[in-house]
Amino acid sequence: MSALIEVTSVSKHFGSIKAVEGVSFSVNRGEVLGFLGPNGAGKSTTMRMITGFLRPSSGRASICGYDLAEEPIKARAQLGYLPEGAPLYGDMTAIEFLRFAASVRGLSTEKASERINWVVGQLGLGPVLVQPIETLSKGFKRRVGLAQSVLHDPDVLILDEPTDGLDPNQKHEVRALIRAMSAHKGIIISTHLLEEVDAVCTRAMVINRGKVIIDCTPEELASRSRHRNAVTVCALTNTGGDLRVTLEGLPGVVGVEAAPVASGAARFVAFPKDGKSIVSDVTSHLLEKGWQIESLDVDSGRLDEVFRELTTGSSTAPQ
Amino acid sequence: MKSFVNLLQGAPQPRNKGGVIVMIQILSIFRREFSGYFSTPVAYVFIVIFLFLNGIFTFFMGDLYARGQADLEPFFTWHPWLYLFLVPALAMRLWAEERRVGTVELLMTLPVTVWQAVLGKYLAAWAFTGIALFLTFPVWITVNYLGQPDNGIILAAYIGSFLMAGAYLSIGACISAMTKNQVIAFVVAVVVCFLFTITGLPLVTNLFDGWAPQTVIDTVSSLSFITNFQSISRGVIDARNLVYFGSLIFFWLFLNTLVVGNRDGA
Repeated sequence: MSALIEVTSVSKHFGSIKAVEGVSFSVNRGEVLGFLGPNGAGKSTTMRMITGFLRPSSGRASICGYDLAEEPIKARAQLGYLPEGAPLYGDMTAIEFLRFAASVRGLSTEKASERINWVVGQLGLGPVLVQPIETLSKGFKRRVGLAQSVLHDPDVLILDEPTDGLDPNQKHEVRALIRAMSAHKGIIISTHLLEEVDAVCTRAMVINRGKVIIDCTPEELASRSRHRNAVTVCALTNTGGDLRVTLEGLPGVVGVEAAPVASGAARFVAFPKDGKSIVSDVTSHLLEKGWQIESLDVDSGRLDEVFRELTTGSSTAPQ
Repeated sequence: MKSFVNLLQGAPQPRNKGGVIVMIQILSIFRREFSGYFSTPVAYVFIVIFLFLNGIFTFFMGDLYARGQADLEPFFTWHPWLYLFLVPALAMRLWAEERRVGTVELLMTLPVTVWQAVLGKYLAAWAFTGIALFLTFPVWITVNYLGQPDNGIILAAYIGSFLMAGAYLSIGACISAMTKNQVIAFVVAVVVCFLFTITGLPLVTNLFDGWAPQTVIDTVSSLSFITNFQSISRGVIDARNLVYFGSLIFFWLFLNTLVVGNRDGA
């Protein structure tokens, strides 16, 4: 079976500005693809082309095998979309809006009430159903937008910053919902929050200046971090040795930096060579030399660091 | 909750089936738009002002009583001028608002064609002007109370007025789709509507008088809302006038779909 979302060298130019250039990828059922990138990188423009809202300057996009240029209506029937900023009809109440979405999508009366009940329950919209949307808080507005996008149980979900404006609990719930639905759908989300990539995405794609810079798993992305497997040690010694010198003497360590410390104890970060695990080396060596280890942390890699490095090209390299 | 949702659910709808679904989608958009007028003060303000101005024009400026004739000519004469300002005011938000708020992105990524969206919105606005026009019925009752007017002519004039409102509205809808700014949409629509209104008046036809052949003058004059409306409101619903309003509405709605459909740039 072909991929649910298929994007082939899509470009979009606004006059002389090249917003998106030659972006290609595909998303299969069960995948959650995270779009990462600074503001203005082309994430929303790419999404707008996949949803058929913008016509690509070149290239093509298809949803469930339906080309958006040739069979836009069939393609959009399989699609749930939360546009950037979750625009909504402010003068409607939440329930009117959901009923409108259900009726435009041709859901039968029973199916519509069943699905509306489901999304209202999932997104906790019960208390605000009969309020005009313009009077709702930002979090509720975002959730009404989300409710609309999943209402018809589409195969493909495209969510532009789905958790923007939500509080930590709501973020957690929305992520859980996305994860729960992900097994049967192909999902694309865009986000600025790197923790979100870890929490929901099976794949991460960094976009900068309209181009795909990297397309890999969040794990692989994190492994590009110099903090990958870095060990932060806080230790005391009776022999008066220097912790920094001790750490630097280890074979797998390429660099050592001082870490913020609260007490008088010494605290340093040891960076491994090529991201290889050094924690057992570090511990056994320190214990052997009579150090008293107070705390020890192993970093799994920092996405924000990789993100900065990939999108600005400037990051403090180890050493 | 379930019963609550059921209660709020609209009329039963058939399942997805070719042509039926096309109608359902137009109807869904129509319902949303139409109820939108009444969930804001727009509807009430528009209707009250429309009726109020109609009253002033008919009774004071048109001098309905003093004429001593049982007809509604002074009432209908002013309709083109009322519509000239009121209909663009109604039409200006139709698409400009969707573009400004961004809901056009929501609407145009639903499985609806541009035509369905354009028609649904347009028909809702037209139905709304129909209601406003219908609410002028006390004037009709008045002349029937005072005398014995030719109600056939009055009916024809109402139909003509409704068609003319539809024509103004199609211009306003199309222009509203060209901008995010409702003020611009209003001003430009008024200007375009004005051109279509005055082409039949001596003001314009005099420009052609004396040098252009009569056919040119007639053609220019036949493009006017007023000329076409007047011939219907005399009681003769001529196919030419129907074709005129029909093709004008079609043309502007067609242009409207092109404008909405052309989303190459934001």
